[in-house]
Amino acid sequence: MLKIKDLQANIEGKEILKGINLEVNAGEVHAIMGPNGSGKSTLANVIAGREEYEVTGGEISLDGEDIEDLDPEERAHRGVFLSFQYPVEIPGVSVTNFMKTAINETRKAQGKDDMAAKDMLKMIREKSEMLEIDRKFLSRSLNEGFSGGEKKRNEIFQMAMLEPKLAILDETDSGLDIDALRIVANGVNKLKNKDNATIVITHYQRLLDYIVPDFVHVLYKGKIVKSGGKELAQELEKRGYDWIKEEVEA
Amino acid sequence: MSFKDHILSSFIALENEVDTSSYVHELRNQAIGEFEKLGVPQRKEEAYKYTSLKALFNKDYCLFPKKETAISYSDIKKYLVHQIDSYRVIFIDGIYSSHLSQTTHDKFDVCLMSSALSNPKYSNVIKEFYNKLAVKDGLVSLNTAFAKEGAYIHIGKNIIVEKPIEIVYFSTGNEAQLMTQPRNLVVVGENSQVQIIERHQSLNDNAVLTNSVSEIFAAKRALVDWYKIQNDRLSASLIDHTFAEQKDNSEVRIHTFSFGGKITRNNLNFYQRGEHCNSVLNGVTILEGKQHVDHSTLVHHTAPNCESFQEYKQIFDERAVGVFNGKVLVDKIAQKINAYQQNNNILISDTATINAKPQLEIFADDVRCSHGCTIGQLDEDAMFYMQARGIPKKEARALLMFAFANSVLETVKIPEIKTRITKLIAMKLGVEIGFDM
Repeated sequence: MLKIKDLQANIEGKEILKGINLEVNAGEVHAIMGPNGSGKSTLANVIAGREEYEVTGGEISLDGEDIEDLDPEERAHRGVFLSFQYPVEIPGVSVTNFMKTAINETRKAQGKDDMAAKDMLKMIREKSEMLEIDRKFLSRSLNEGFSGGEKKRNEIFQMAMLEPKLAILDETDSGLDIDALRIVANGVNKLKNKDNATIVITHYQRLLDYIVPDFVHVLYKGKIVKSGGKELAQELEKRGYDWIKEEVEA
Repeated sequence: MSFKDHILSSFIALENEVDTSSYVHELRNQAIGEFEKLGVPQRKEEAYKYTSLKALFNKDYCLFPKKETAISYSDIKKYLVHQIDSYRVIFIDGIYSSHLSQTTHDKFDVCLMSSALSNPKYSNVIKEFYNKLAVKDGLVSLNTAFAKEGAYIHIGKNIIVEKPIEIVYFSTGNEAQLMTQPRNLVVVGENSQVQIIERHQSLNDNAVLTNSVSEIFAAKRALVDWYKIQNDRLSASLIDHTFAEQKDNSEVRIHTFSFGGKITRNNLNFYQRGEHCNSVLNGVTILEGKQHVDHSTLVHHTAPNCESFQEYKQIFDERAVGVFNGKVLVDKIAQKINAYQQNNNILISDTATINAKPQLEIFADDVRCSHGCTIGQLDEDAMFYMQARGIPKKEARALLMFAFANSVLETVKIPEIKTRITKLIAMKLGVEIGFDM
């Protein structure tokens, strides 16, 4: 589904990604771990198409189509979803209106008519129940005054509404207490199927107890320096990142 | 001929057609004298530092257009907010159109100024209120000197006017360059309430300059809710002077939506002359091209325990220019007032300009006055967030701008106006979606 070949990217002239190779197939869950500043969030933003990051080399393709020249919304229309590490507050736009606009713009791009209002309401009800979101919350301004946990839960709610092909969860566990973590992870697990894929970006192994990855990759200084199964995450939890750094620098 | 000479000689022509022995004509005589002294405001005057009227006043305007009868309801229908259920006072090239209007004398008066000025029945009201708020200003005096027509609204005590009143000035473009001097008087009695919609609209691209004066008197516990919809063609300019006097517990709200026109200058002057008054002045401005809008506001707190609330949200693209000149004056006696002023601006292009000048003059020592002014761009993080959810750039931009303007839109109490304004904004931003926020 997602193929990344020798991807290099800069921000403000500073090289962050220095040749990433990654292949994610339908039905798989990949975890990307690594110390702070290793380029994890950059990778997530580059896949989602953030303009501030300049791709200087390599390729990103989704289902065989090159996407590195597409705008973020065009990638979203093809099924890419990024759950933000820091969801943006947008005063004056309610969660419901935001979702309605996002879904209908995506449908428009796919040549479909707007979703009928009653279907939309039904979907909103189902998905908000799944994530144990209070309905009152949906008429509030997007992320404005939300707690850290509410913001992250709202991200996964949006993911549930948009049903993406490829979901990238950027530090979704940060700021979550254990109950919220369980709800969020449950949501992600319920959305998983054989046709979609998930990339979980995290610093800690904790989230991976709930969202069990098929593959774990360690990103360090802009490169994937080690890949393995879920046991790699456990090893990292026990031993930290220093041994990886030593291995790389040796 | 200079503009001033043109005006002075036109005044002699005016005197040939009006009753020169009337009370109002005395006012006209004084006013033309003041105009002769003061002239058109210049940029060297502080109040006009950022708005040059020079380009507007170098034309030979026609001041006395011929009566136009060919305009039919279908020509103007789309500019009316309430197509059925409203009172309407409609003017074509400054002249009252009886067949397009819907006036009333049932319980209260919604009619035309010319009859109020000439009919003895109204002379007490005219003597008590007409030209009592108008300040000494070249253009206000010019209006007083020439004003013959406008809306006259007199609501007695304890009346809630259920239907909004629309005051619309159309210009036909029959004259290559037309200048009009509309004059409105609105007197609202104790415990009464009224909603007013005011609009100036040209029907083709010939030059129009409107120099309008409105006086509003709100008696105790009166409520006046006034909407100014400014979406005229680029050939039209408007200089508006609106004055409001408020007595105890009254509330006057003026909402200004400025999207169109070439040069628009809004002078709003509020005088609080009673305790527990509330004044609301807010607006949304969205400009592009070389449009210029100047909001010059004054709230004069002369009594204790009052409130005033100003909020202007403005978006400027291309080479558009905005001015916000907001003055709050608090007299020594006006203790315990709460004055709020907020002016937020978004500059979309590098060539757009906003001149913001909040002025607070406070002579009382136990008051709450706050003001804030921001100038910024659209939030890049928010843009990416929305795009990442599949909302295209243009729509994302529009959604952000709607959200930005929303706090003002929320104060619109007439649903049809809210819908209309939302549509105008969507059109202005080039999007089809109306966000029902």
